[in-house]
Amino acid sequence: MRPFAYQRASSAREAVAMLAARPRARIIAGGTNLLDLMKLQIETPAHLVDVNGIGLDTIEPDGAGGLRLGALVRNTDLAAHDTIRRQYGVLTRALVAGASGQLRNRATTAGNLMQRTRCPYFYGSAMACNKREPGSGCDAREGASANLAILGTSAACIATHPSDMAVAMRALDAVVRVLGPAGERSIPIADFHRLPGATPEVETALQPGELITAVELPAPLGGTHVYRKVRERASYAFATVSVALIARIDGDRVAIERLAFGGLAAKPWRVEAAERRDFGTPEEIARDAATVALAGARPTDRNAYKIELAQRALHAALIDALEQNR
Amino acid sequence: MTRLDSPNTATRIVGRPIDRRDGPQKVTGSATYAYEKTGAGKALVGFFATATIGRGEIETIDTSAGEAMPGVRLIVTYRNAPQQAALDTGNRAFTTRARPILMGRRIHHFGHPIALVIAETYEQARDAARSVVATYTTEPGTFVYAEGHPVHQPELANAGFAGSTNLGDFETGFATAAFRVDQTYETLPHCAQPLEPHATLAHWEGETLHLTTSHQTLRYIQASLRTALGLAPENVVISAPFVGGGFGSKLAVHADLMGAAIGARMVGQPVKVCLTRQQMFSLVGMRPWHRQRVRLGADADGRLTAIGHEVLLYSNERDPFIEQTGIVTRSLYTGPNRMTRHRVTHLDLPNGEAVRAPGELPGLLAVETAMDELAEALDMDPVALRVLNDTTTDPESGAPLTGRTLTQCLRTGAERFGWSARLRQPRARRDGNWFVGMGVASAIRTHFQGATEVEVAVTPDRRIQVRSDITDIGTGSYTILAQVAAEVLGVDFSEVDVMLAHTRLPAGGGSGGSWGASNTTAALHQACLALLERAGLPAGPGLVRQTLAAHPAGLSARGSLPSMGNVPNWREKSRHTYGAHFVELAVHRLTGEIKVRRMLGVFSAGRILNPKTARSQLLGGMIWGLSAALREAAEIDPRRGNIVNGDLAEYLLPVHADVPDVDVMMLDEPDLEANPVGVKGVGELGACGSSAAFANALYNACGVRARSFPVHLSSLVPELG
Repeated sequence: MRPFAYQRASSAREAVAMLAARPRARIIAGGTNLLDLMKLQIETPAHLVDVNGIGLDTIEPDGAGGLRLGALVRNTDLAAHDTIRRQYGVLTRALVAGASGQLRNRATTAGNLMQRTRCPYFYGSAMACNKREPGSGCDAREGASANLAILGTSAACIATHPSDMAVAMRALDAVVRVLGPAGERSIPIADFHRLPGATPEVETALQPGELITAVELPAPLGGTHVYRKVRERASYAFATVSVALIARIDGDRVAIERLAFGGLAAKPWRVEAAERRDFGTPEEIARDAATVALAGARPTDRNAYKIELAQRALHAALIDALEQNR
Repeated sequence: MTRLDSPNTATRIVGRPIDRRDGPQKVTGSATYAYEKTGAGKALVGFFATATIGRGEIETIDTSAGEAMPGVRLIVTYRNAPQQAALDTGNRAFTTRARPILMGRRIHHFGHPIALVIAETYEQARDAARSVVATYTTEPGTFVYAEGHPVHQPELANAGFAGSTNLGDFETGFATAAFRVDQTYETLPHCAQPLEPHATLAHWEGETLHLTTSHQTLRYIQASLRTALGLAPENVVISAPFVGGGFGSKLAVHADLMGAAIGARMVGQPVKVCLTRQQMFSLVGMRPWHRQRVRLGADADGRLTAIGHEVLLYSNERDPFIEQTGIVTRSLYTGPNRMTRHRVTHLDLPNGEAVRAPGELPGLLAVETAMDELAEALDMDPVALRVLNDTTTDPESGAPLTGRTLTQCLRTGAERFGWSARLRQPRARRDGNWFVGMGVASAIRTHFQGATEVEVAVTPDRRIQVRSDITDIGTGSYTILAQVAAEVLGVDFSEVDVMLAHTRLPAGGGSGGSWGASNTTAALHQACLALLERAGLPAGPGLVRQTLAAHPAGLSARGSLPSMGNVPNWREKSRHTYGAHFVELAVHRLTGEIKVRRMLGVFSAGRILNPKTARSQLLGGMIWGLSAALREAAEIDPRRGNIVNGDLAEYLLPVHADVPDVDVMMLDEPDLEANPVGVKGVGELGACGSSAAFANALYNACGVRARSFPVHLSSLVPELG
């Protein structure tokens, strides 16, 4: 770990001022990802601004029927919140599918959005990675890519975003609130994570000096909420494919109100045109929706199976929705 | 008094599920491990910088930045490392080879040490290690086997087993068999990854080296250092009071120990070195990659007429380890025409080493999957097929098999598991969207015996003391030895102290190869009988008081056990442990997710000393089988030879949520033909065959026959249909 300066901010404004005053400054909240990356010298900030004392750790109604989730709300508390459980079930289910109890106790709402890829080539310092070292190349593309992205990839990068929470938030049309030197602004979650293009090191729409203050959830949608995560072991593994689904049920038939996939791209993957609002059998709906949502997939030799698995996971999620509703 | 050299299992203390003695210390953190030990003053900390190429030479190495960093005392590279003897490739025992470090420019594998930084603190050493800059002349390496690579057929496999065996006429027997299976199975490398990393604290007193280390067998260290550093064994004093798991990975000397030893000599101060979790993937040997061809021929009734088992594996030519994988078929089933063969190919990877159940784990995965394929070809029940081919004499040597209980394990297990409910047709049983299936596999493991001496004493402070250099690697050595001494001497369990894991104590074979308990309890039993004889007293609660009345300074006696090579006519019997594994699992019909529902292992390992500690080892082994079949593999990047998933986030071991309740049953039958007190080992038996039971259950559930392990969604999903 390289030496770094450390400061505690007491308010969001102070944190933004500290960020602005220091080059190569990073915010630290739960630290569950950043500290590991610093020990490996993948992240080498010169300054850390600790935001754990700035408040922003409550969940409040936003006055328009939705909720405002403070940036510092811990994942455990968010998942356990009564309104989240009852009216945004897909979010609770996604959160508890991620990481481990210990990590969720520490990890924050904003930090979860900001976590970096688990692509093994990003971690291996001897391997080429454009995200870690822009311009060095991508060893993952011809390497062990079985769990890497199939959608929205570029020649420069095939990493996935590891968050489960973000996938549910994408299905819910969340909005990320940020505070920067120029004041406050909103970023729809659809625009928050960036596809790699030629600059995979740029992962979010945050501008230098900006701090996430909250995530806003619009009014609840109702429906049946499912988060189905398919992975190589039952816990403490990142998604091979995950499905955030809000379904409507009519007897044995289902329709898709909202659908986003995780584990397939550098951002939660939602194609609004794939949301089939006509009722059908799970199999039909899954086939139709997956065909639209996964169009343009460009897998490697080793992860082409993810296309079929994504459709199957959606099919299974639609069956789960039916069963959940019985 | 209860003697243990009889079939009697109606014992007072032996055979009871007594809690392990060191449990409270371990769960409260008061058990101190090698890296936490102090003594002889403040220790400096060593940290390795490692190579980032797979094969080649160091061209330049620049340590100047690190040398200028705070707290850094010394950076050792090939330029200033003290002379150490070269690795003795010809030594057949991988456990005692010299393993010099930093002795030249040559890079033999990715992650090879290039520098050792010694600093005041861990963080300083780690930082400085990262600042070391090396340039390399890179050579093309061979990191993955491909057809056409050179292979050779070794005379011997690990542990002295013959590389090849033949009986009858295999080729004709197989060609003329009514039913045939001819399949090839592939397994990826495994890394042992014990919870406690490899760590050593070293300091010198004159010419004497003192080591506190995490190791399974202290005498192997002395042998290795005798070659590497020219140190007489009496000048190497080693202590390893607590060891947080070994699984074979702490039998040989590794870079932590050599780094601490040479570092402490160079700086004239204690030095400790701990491998990081990531370094444990390349600085500790792994279970090699294997490709096994199994051919089984049977007559129309299912009797095996031909058994062929050919093993191709990688073995580093510089530091060979030829896993004894082909031996599993030699004593498993009857059949007149037989052939086993090992073939070896070199790869530029870290050397192979023992990883729990070396030989049996990959070997039985292949052979017991093939047996399932044969049962299917015969349309025969897989338990019945195995029982039909059981034998009471060793099929290769003709020697009687001692304690042969394979059929008993299979039948007892089938009954307990409810095997009769299994449907023979795959996909026949559904539970909602899950296919449900059952699988079975046999377990067998060779029983070894090593030279062991143990001392037992009545001490002036009115205690019984057991003294042995055996380690307790989490297995329960402290506990079972106290049980045996209390049993034989007729005293209370609480009156016995157990001193272990120090080179000043009587020498034995250590913990490894599942022989620690059998070796040490047999020698201890003899020592206890000798103590009673010397005291001229009967066993009983008054023993300590009466002994001290006659011998106020205390009294001790020794017992010993010869190595199997020194037992006359050892080869006239064939000694093994046995078991049967049963698994029920479910496969999601759409996503291919696998949920293990039930596991049962029925085991026969002679006298069971402590069913609690034995169960813990057996069920741990069964979970290793789950891991080998469904989860675990080191992924080698064929371009550079690095392990891509070299940390515990990406090297997937089963988590609790993957493992259901595990049922372990032990047949407690002393095998006095195998061991004087009837004890055989349980450390590896649980991991023998269990992985095949998972593979067979997977097939029975969903009809997908796995022959490449571990099973991954990428291979399973496309076959689900």
